[in-house]
Amino acid sequence: MFLRKIATVVALTTLASSAWAGCGASDGRVSIVGNEFPAIQTVGAGAMECAGGGVTVEKNLTADHQKINVPGMQGNPAEFTTAIVANSSIVALMNNDVIRPLDDLVAKHGQGLQKSQLITVDGNIMGVAFMANAQHLVFRADILDQLGIAPPTTYEEMLVAAANIRASGMMDHPVGGAYAAGWNLAEEFVNMYIGHGGEFFKPGSAEISVNNQHGEDALHMMRALSDYMNPDYLTHDSNATSAEWKAGNVALMNMWGSRVGPLKSDEVDPSVANNTDIAGPMTVGGGSTPASTLWWDGFTVSKNISDADAEATFMAMMHAIRPEMLNDETSPLAVWLIDGYQPTDAAKGVFAAAAMGTTPYPMLPYAGLMHSAAGKELVDFMQGKETASQALADLEAAYTTAAKEKGYL
Amino acid sequence: MKHKTFFWFFLPTALAMLLFIALPLTSVVSQSFHAPHEEVLLVSEICDPFGCATESTIDHQATEQLKKDKPLGQWVGFEIYADRNHLAFKEVAEFWQTRSSFTGFISSLNNLQFYRAMGFTLTYVIVVTPLVILFGLIIALAVNSLHRHLKGLMVFFSLLPMIVTPLVGSLILFWMIDARGIVGSGLQEIFSDPNLSLKASTGLTWVTLIVYGVWHSAPFAFIVFYAGLQTVPKETLESAMIDGASRFQQVIHVVVPHLSPLVAFVALIQLMDNFRVFEPIVGFSASAHATSLSWIIWNDIGQEIRLFSSAATTSVLTIIGVVILLLPVLIRTWREFNPEK
Repeated sequence: MFLRKIATVVALTTLASSAWAGCGASDGRVSIVGNEFPAIQTVGAGAMECAGGGVTVEKNLTADHQKINVPGMQGNPAEFTTAIVANSSIVALMNNDVIRPLDDLVAKHGQGLQKSQLITVDGNIMGVAFMANAQHLVFRADILDQLGIAPPTTYEEMLVAAANIRASGMMDHPVGGAYAAGWNLAEEFVNMYIGHGGEFFKPGSAEISVNNQHGEDALHMMRALSDYMNPDYLTHDSNATSAEWKAGNVALMNMWGSRVGPLKSDEVDPSVANNTDIAGPMTVGGGSTPASTLWWDGFTVSKNISDADAEATFMAMMHAIRPEMLNDETSPLAVWLIDGYQPTDAAKGVFAAAAMGTTPYPMLPYAGLMHSAAGKELVDFMQGKETASQALADLEAAYTTAAKEKGYL
Repeated sequence: MKHKTFFWFFLPTALAMLLFIALPLTSVVSQSFHAPHEEVLLVSEICDPFGCATESTIDHQATEQLKKDKPLGQWVGFEIYADRNHLAFKEVAEFWQTRSSFTGFISSLNNLQFYRAMGFTLTYVIVVTPLVILFGLIIALAVNSLHRHLKGLMVFFSLLPMIVTPLVGSLILFWMIDARGIVGSGLQEIFSDPNLSLKASTGLTWVTLIVYGVWHSAPFAFIVFYAGLQTVPKETLESAMIDGASRFQQVIHVVVPHLSPLVAFVALIQLMDNFRVFEPIVGFSASAHATSLSWIIWNDIGQEIRLFSSAATTSVLTIIGVVILLLPVLIRTWREFNPEK
C-alpha cells in the first residue's frame, strides 16, 4: 500500500514535470525558500511542476527559513530567486533591500491575480499574497458537550472551561498553547497585548511602550492560562502543541488556522480527529478586538538576479497559485486568496478572525526586534521569577538597546 | 632544523591559520566596534489583503551613499560592549548602588542577559569539567582491566556518546525526559508526583544539561586516559605491588601521577569546550532556564532582524572568557616545559 502510494507520487511527479515544462518560460533558474507547513508545501510542489525545458526549479522549505532567506538573497546572483514570506518576514527582506518591485511582471503575467493579493508599498508591488492565516480557537466538541460548556469566546471563559474540565477529571492540562520561549511566546504576547487594546510603539516612532497596564494584564492572563497547560509549556512550539492535541491530552487551544487540517487527518485517532472543531479567535479583558493577529503568506522575487530568472520565477510561482490548483485536497489546507476559492469548514476560524476586525501583524521595520526581545525577556515572569512590570521593563530595555545598535533610535 | 627548512615546512600551516583563524578574528573584532548606520525612516502607504495603512519603512536611497562609503557601519568604539545586552556597566553600577543585600544584587544581575548566561556557563564549566575527568579515568581503568577480547568492544561502546552528534544526542534525551517520555514519566512514578517535570524547573534543567554534558564528554577523557594507561611503566607498578600497595594506592600513587600531563590536556580542552556550551541548550529547548554566550550569539543572528555587531561583541567576550579560563592551565604548562634554572 505504502509502496504503491510512493510509486503513484513518483509517477505523477514525472508526468507533471513533463506536462508543465517551463510553465511558459523558455529558460531560467527558480529557487524557492520558505516556511514549512502543508499549504506552503503545496505551493512549493506546484512550482516544482514547472521544471523542464530550460527551466530548473529547486525548493528549500524549512521552519528555519527566516534564518537563511536574507543571507541567501544578498549575494549577486542571489541563491534564492524567491522567498515565500509572511507579513512579518517580508519586512526583513525590505529592510535589507533584497526584493524587487513586481509591477512589470504582474502587468505581463499576472492577469489572474486579484487586486487584494498585491502587497504594495507606496504603490509599488513588492509581493503577491496567496493565503491568509490567523490563530483562533480549536476545541474538542465532545468534551465541551459532555460538560455542557459552550465554546469560549473570551479568554476568561476559556479559563472557566479549563477549570471545569480539570475538575471533571477528564484532563489534567486541558489548555494547549505554543508558548515555547522565543518566537512563539512573543507571538502569544503580541496577541494578548493587542487583545487588551495595547499599542507597541509610540505613534510614528520606533520608541517602544509596552510597560503599561495593558502589558501587565496580558502577561497575567498568559500566566493564568499556563496553569492549565502541560508543565513543559515553555518548550512547546506549534508542532509540539499539535502533537499534544493529537494525543488527546488537550481540549482547548489557540492555534494557527493552517495547522488545523493535520489535526483532523486520517493518521490521528478518530476520537480526537472527528471531535476537533474550530471557532473564531477569542477576545480578552472585555475588549472587542480579538487577541489574535491576521497574517498573509505570499511570495517575493529577488532583486539580485537576472531578468530572465526573475520572469521564470514569477511564472513558476504564478503556476503554483493558479486557480486550477484548488481541489478537495488543497482547499482545506489554508484560506487561499486565490480567485475561485470556496471556503471550506476548515476556514471558518480565519474568516471569523477577519470578520471580527482582527489586527494584522504590524509590518514595521523594527517590529521583529521587539518580537525577539519579548521572546527572551518574558520567560522570567512566566516562571514566577519576577513581576510583570519588571519583565516588561526588561523587554523595553533589551529592545531599546538592540534598536539603538540597528540605528532605529 | 634549519630555519629555511622550518619555514617551508610551516608555511602551509601558517597560511591556513592566517586564513581561517586570524582573518575571521580580525573581522569579528572590527565588527564589534562598528554599528549599522542610522536608518532613515519613511512613512509609506502599505496595502495588503487586509487593507491599507501608513507604516514606517526604511529609506534605502537616503543612506545608500553612506553605506557604500563606509560598508562596515559607524565606528562606536566600546559602546556595544558597555550596553545593556552585553557588559551593561551602567546597569550593574546602578544595581550595586541600590542593592539591599548581596543576594539581591546577584538576582538583579539575572535580569541582564550577559550575566544570566555567564551564571549558567560558569556553573556548567565548573561542574562538568572535573566530573568528565573523574568519570573518564574510572571508565579507562575499568576497561583497561578487562580481558583483552572484551576490550575492543567496550572501547567502542564507551565512545558512543561522543560519536552521536551533540544536537541529535540532546534531542533523543529531550524526548526521553519529556513529561510523557520514558524517563520523565518514570521519574513521576518513582517520586509519585504527576507534575514533576525536568523541563519546567530551572534547577532540574541545569541538572539535566550537566548530566548530558558529562555523558557526552566523558568518552573523550576516557580515550585519552586509556591511551595513557598503555604507557604506565610495568616495573613501577610491580614494585608497588611488592611493597604491598593496594589497587587503590597503585592508582593514586603510580597511575595518576603518570597521567597528570594528560589530565592537564583534557582539562584544557574541556574548559574551552564547556565554556562554549551550545547544542544541548538548543536541543533541550532550554533557553527559558539556561543560556550561554554561544546561545546569545546564535539568537542574535537567528532572528528576522539580525544583530551582527551584537553577535560579534559577544564572540569577542567569549574569546576573552576562554583565555581567562585557560590562563592557569597555560601558565602551568609553560612552567613545566621551562623549568626555572
